[in-house]
Amino acid sequence: MDFIKVFIVGGIICVIGQIIMDTTKLTPAHVLVLFVTSGVVLTAIGIYEPIVKFGGAGATVPLPGFGYALGKGVIEAVNKDGIIGAFTGGITATAGGVAAAVFFGYLMAVIFTPKTK
Amino acid sequence: MAQKRLGKQTVVLVNPPSIISTATIVGPKEGEGPLKGYFDLVLEDDLWGEDSWEKSEAKLQQEAVKLALFKSKMVPSQVDYLFGGDLLNQIISSAYAARSLKIPFFGLYGACSTKSESLSLGAMSIDGGFADTVVCVTSSHFSTAERQYRFPLEHGNQRPPTAQWTVTGSGASVLSSKGNGPYITHITTGRIIDPGIVNANNMGSAMAPAAADTIIQHFKDTGFKPENYDLIITGDLASLGKDIAEELIVKEGYDISKIFMDCGIEIFDAERQDTHAGGSGCGCSAVVFAGYLYEMLKSKKYNKIMLVSTGALHSPTIMQQGESIPGIAHAVTISNER
Repeated sequence: MDFIKVFIVGGIICVIGQIIMDTTKLTPAHVLVLFVTSGVVLTAIGIYEPIVKFGGAGATVPLPGFGYALGKGVIEAVNKDGIIGAFTGGITATAGGVAAAVFFGYLMAVIFTPKTK
Repeated sequence: MAQKRLGKQTVVLVNPPSIISTATIVGPKEGEGPLKGYFDLVLEDDLWGEDSWEKSEAKLQQEAVKLALFKSKMVPSQVDYLFGGDLLNQIISSAYAARSLKIPFFGLYGACSTKSESLSLGAMSIDGGFADTVVCVTSSHFSTAERQYRFPLEHGNQRPPTAQWTVTGSGASVLSSKGNGPYITHITTGRIIDPGIVNANNMGSAMAPAAADTIIQHFKDTGFKPENYDLIITGDLASLGKDIAEELIVKEGYDISKIFMDCGIEIFDAERQDTHAGGSGCGCSAVVFAGYLYEMLKSKKYNKIMLVSTGALHSPTIMQQGESIPGIAHAVTISNER
């Protein structure tokens, strides 16, 4: 049952991205920024938390999930450290993901060379 | 007083130069396309032993020139001018090819219209008596163009249905004041027409009005009718752009529908090869002309054709600033009769 919920939530997020790319002039880069920031906004107004509770990794792995981690980190840090948490919370909460992206990205670049499609 | 001018944008070549030989080298995908039998060399790997695609593209151009000269039993030192161009910043493929060829070099940029631009200028310099032998060459490479104009290949981005596929290949033509044809007889130089398209994935529509403008102007200047031609072929309008151009030309009273083709459509099988709207790039009209069309002219299946290479003169930077795509098209008449 969990797998189905994760698949549906993750799938819907990807379908939204595909529809945006097919029907508007927005590029993949626009969609990326749009998804991350909307993740932050939806977390701030309390909409994304229930989606994560329902969809699990289906909601946290796609790009809005990164926005969710940023938003949630800020909320927690503000509660703990006050207003300075607005600046430190997001980066602290996502530090693992960012460092892993840099590390694995570098590793892949060392191992593989790009090929023509 | 310019005696060789005809009408507004056309020149007639009084001593028409002969295209004495051509050579084509293409990538693996082009080598699987419908025109595969007409290319001299099909690469198995588009890096061609080099460590970058840019170096591979320069090698494509250099080897295409050497091969075309070899077919005419000539060497680079016998050539008066090299007219070369490609799509990359600072036209590096041409410059690095010219570096090793050591032929006096005119570097050209007309985006994908460069093939007929190079043939125009090469033919004029021979007709003017400034040269006896010139080589006109252009190239493009899918992977160099993709990462300069669109996204890094590592990014693996999606391509919309209007997008075109940059041809990997180079076509070289040797022009001479002597020889038995086919001859370049007329040149109609295009002006920039900008229909206001801002989507870089829809270049065919951006270039179509320019192609139509040049073809219509050619008919007006020369008095030729569509019946005078066996074939009118545009460079890389692809499926969308070709329909638009045809409509614009027919509306002016020149019914070219029976003899109108596009190199970008001919080079790939869009269904089977997933190339969407068709091929594009400086290499597209270069290899279709130097391979397929030259063969058709030589075997007299076609006796008079008009090659209209089409270019989109934008850059990624100016597109990000919201500007539209300026289109251009240059026409060259190639005939078996002087």
